[in-house]
Amino acid sequence: MPDSDARPIVSIRDMHKSFGHVEVLKGISMDVPKGGVVCIIGPSGSGKSTLLRCINALVPIDSGSIRVANFDVHSLTTDKERLALRREVSIVFQQYNLFPHKTALENVMMAPIYVLKEPRDEVRARAIALLKKVGLAAKQDAYPGELSGGQQQRVAIARSLAMRPEVMLFDEVTAALDPETVKEVLNTIRELAAEGMTCMLVTHEMRFARELADTVYFTDGGVIVESGPPAVLFDQPKADRTRAFLSQIL
Amino acid sequence: MQFIWDWFRWLYQTTGINLTIFYDSFDRHRFTDGFLMTLKLSLICIVLSVLIGVVGAWLQGSKLRVTRHVLHWYIQFFRNTPPLVQLYFFYFGVGSLLRSSLGTGNQPLVSNVTWAIISLSFFAGAFNVEIFRSGVEAVPKTTLEAAESLGFSRLRAYALIVLPLAFRISLPALNNNLVNLVKTTTLAYAIAVPEMLYVSSQIWSDELNVPVMMNVLLVCYFGLVGVLVYVMHRWERAIKVPGFGA
Repeated sequence: MPDSDARPIVSIRDMHKSFGHVEVLKGISMDVPKGGVVCIIGPSGSGKSTLLRCINALVPIDSGSIRVANFDVHSLTTDKERLALRREVSIVFQQYNLFPHKTALENVMMAPIYVLKEPRDEVRARAIALLKKVGLAAKQDAYPGELSGGQQQRVAIARSLAMRPEVMLFDEVTAALDPETVKEVLNTIRELAAEGMTCMLVTHEMRFARELADTVYFTDGGVIVESGPPAVLFDQPKADRTRAFLSQIL
Repeated sequence: MQFIWDWFRWLYQTTGINLTIFYDSFDRHRFTDGFLMTLKLSLICIVLSVLIGVVGAWLQGSKLRVTRHVLHWYIQFFRNTPPLVQLYFFYFGVGSLLRSSLGTGNQPLVSNVTWAIISLSFFAGAFNVEIFRSGVEAVPKTTLEAAESLGFSRLRAYALIVLPLAFRISLPALNNNLVNLVKTTTLAYAIAVPEMLYVSSQIWSDELNVPVMMNVLLVCYFGLVGVLVYVMHRWERAIKVPGFGA
């Protein structure tokens, strides 16, 4: 369970982001306690993915502030500073984005070896353990092209975990998967959450959000329309917009 | 070995097929030297032009506009002008300019062989930049983003992820360009680089065996390019990744 008394590990204040003339995020504020599991739901184009990318400094923000652990993400300027942040925050993408010319094991090992400069043997042992954890010990020598979507996504999760992050971001990680393999990926995330990993998920899996999240945020048109514990947000939504959205998908 | 040379002499005496490059030790030596020169030009230019291609494709993603502009005009220049004109430009133009401006008299600073290497490498390199660029662009932006999100610097992501993938995509086009490069080394003839075509023409001037030497040249280039293509295909297969690039 999240430790709600302590300082939040992710803290966002009045964050704005535009692409050209289009303002995608119009003042987002949220706090995520350490160990918390937050789900962000909402219609396509509401800026959910951009929000996660901003937290990982993949996308620079225009105004407001983002604080992750001890980093002021909005004021990071050098690659070195961004690297330091990315040791704390890791992101998993919808399209897995594994390195296709490396085996599953190499995919997991690459960043710790080349970015964290940790000794190869140590990294290898940890990578094997991580692949085992996501249920892919037998596939360590397979190339991404030889794995199913769900397996690739689990390798991607292991690859992120290999950086030993404090916070994991999941950007619609099951959206590209067929229904059967969705389950194996969600189980992996479920285990992570149970171990106390801070997780932020952008997802369309409402049942999963309801089961796992401490707080659910409903975003639309670049703002947070409503947020609260899943039981409240899903069963007694206050805003009309939330009700309309939920009635369409539930 | 002597009996082989004797056999070629016998061949000449009985059929008129005059392969002096086998039975005449003087011709044999100059032809061997010419062959080795062609081999040397080819290998050095292949390596240099591939290096130019890799570095150029990397610089095309540079944030500096000046760098991108210089690169753009480099490619335009070498792609839109004939390689023979480029050779002349370097050897007679730049070469003599260097000589007069540095006051070294008639002593050339840069030998004709070096000019040929420089000129041909830049020529093939311009195409290689474009070939690698198309390969780099075929690597999904999201793959690079994943590398970035794992903390890879741009240079490291390029070296470890983008380039190996781009290389696999680019190999077929690169093959074509390198085959062309090997054949284009014959142009070095024009600035008196003693490569295979140059020595062959010397030999047929002396021995008057033009048709025979023409056939020898064809066979030699056919074999040389054949070996290159074979090696490149082997390499293509060796680095093929299951499920990537079909």
